[in-house]
Amino acid sequence: MDGIFNKEFVQGCSAIGAGIAMIAGMGPGIGQGYAAGQGAAAVGRNPGARGTVMGTMILGQAVAETTGLYSLIVAILLLFVNPFGL
Amino acid sequence: MIFGSEVLAALSGPTLGKLPDVISRGKDDIGEKLGINGYAYVKLFGYRFGITSTHIALLILLIAITVLAILANRVIRRADPYGKPGLAMTVIESLVNFIDNTTYSNMGEKHGGKFRNFIGTMLLFIFLSNISGVFGLRPPTADYGVTFGLAMITFFMIHINGFKHQKMKHITGLFDPIPLTPINIIGEISTPISMSLRLFGNVLCGTVIMGLLYNLLPKFLLLFWPGALHIYFDLFSGAIQAYVFTMLTMVFISKNFEE
Repeated sequence: MDGIFNKEFVQGCSAIGAGIAMIAGMGPGIGQGYAAGQGAAAVGRNPGARGTVMGTMILGQAVAETTGLYSLIVAILLLFVNPFGL
Repeated sequence: MIFGSEVLAALSGPTLGKLPDVISRGKDDIGEKLGINGYAYVKLFGYRFGITSTHIALLILLIAITVLAILANRVIRRADPYGKPGLAMTVIESLVNFIDNTTYSNMGEKHGGKFRNFIGTMLLFIFLSNISGVFGLRPPTADYGVTFGLAMITFFMIHINGFKHQKMKHITGLFDPIPLTPINIIGEISTPISMSLRLFGNVLCGTVIMGLLYNLLPKFLLLFWPGALHIYFDLFSGAIQAYVFTMLTMVFISKNFEE
């Protein structure tokens, strides 16, 4: 116990930071839902193009997912890598 | 090590089994915290180089793919061209058809044929390593080394084909509007990084959640509940990510074919 910046304090803050980082999961959720909705509408208008629409939709959703995965990686780094050297 | 030994044990997950106590766990080795166990290592320059569960899973996967390829070859060679195709022949034919269709429709009739072997190998390898969590292995794609290697293969394919088809325009294209040069260069560099992190993050997410589930649920729930999640995290997500990785590879490579 030397000062307020002891090990437990920094680790607790890291856990809180990991939780806050995962708020970024909201963005990809909204984006993927919007893409899925538009895809469903497109299939409804033109059922013959179902395969093409599905492929494009899944590709776009996977690209939109990247930011959420970055936040996941930041959270995992905060929890397990111990970047503050304690 | 933040939450003590229970979560740590949880993250080791349904992998190749717990590490025997013979090998001491490193204090600051992130891989072991995420379930990558080391089995034998040498110390060089202060770092540990060794055989981890990723290497073992890759080796098992390699043998499995080789055996599958040999079996497929036998089935094709013995097929009767005038009779009714059997089950194995139908599966092989639909797989080859799928790979042919995706390459030809995404890369054009002219170039598709040259790339179907590469794309098919990539697709099979990533798909099998993503779903290997079902068979009790730790998925090799949940190791950043593997996905970064795959993304670097894609990176070199993109740029070698760029030079082949656009000659020096491939370099001058970077300076197209001169003020945007740094952004163009960063865009080229970030392609393999984002591709590898996407695959890694998806598979690691599934592995971590399954590991927590296996170790923190009571025994009787473990009989049926993880099966449903295995279907989603391993089969569905793995298939989608393998498809997306190869699809992005095809899109980025065929971007250079125009003009």
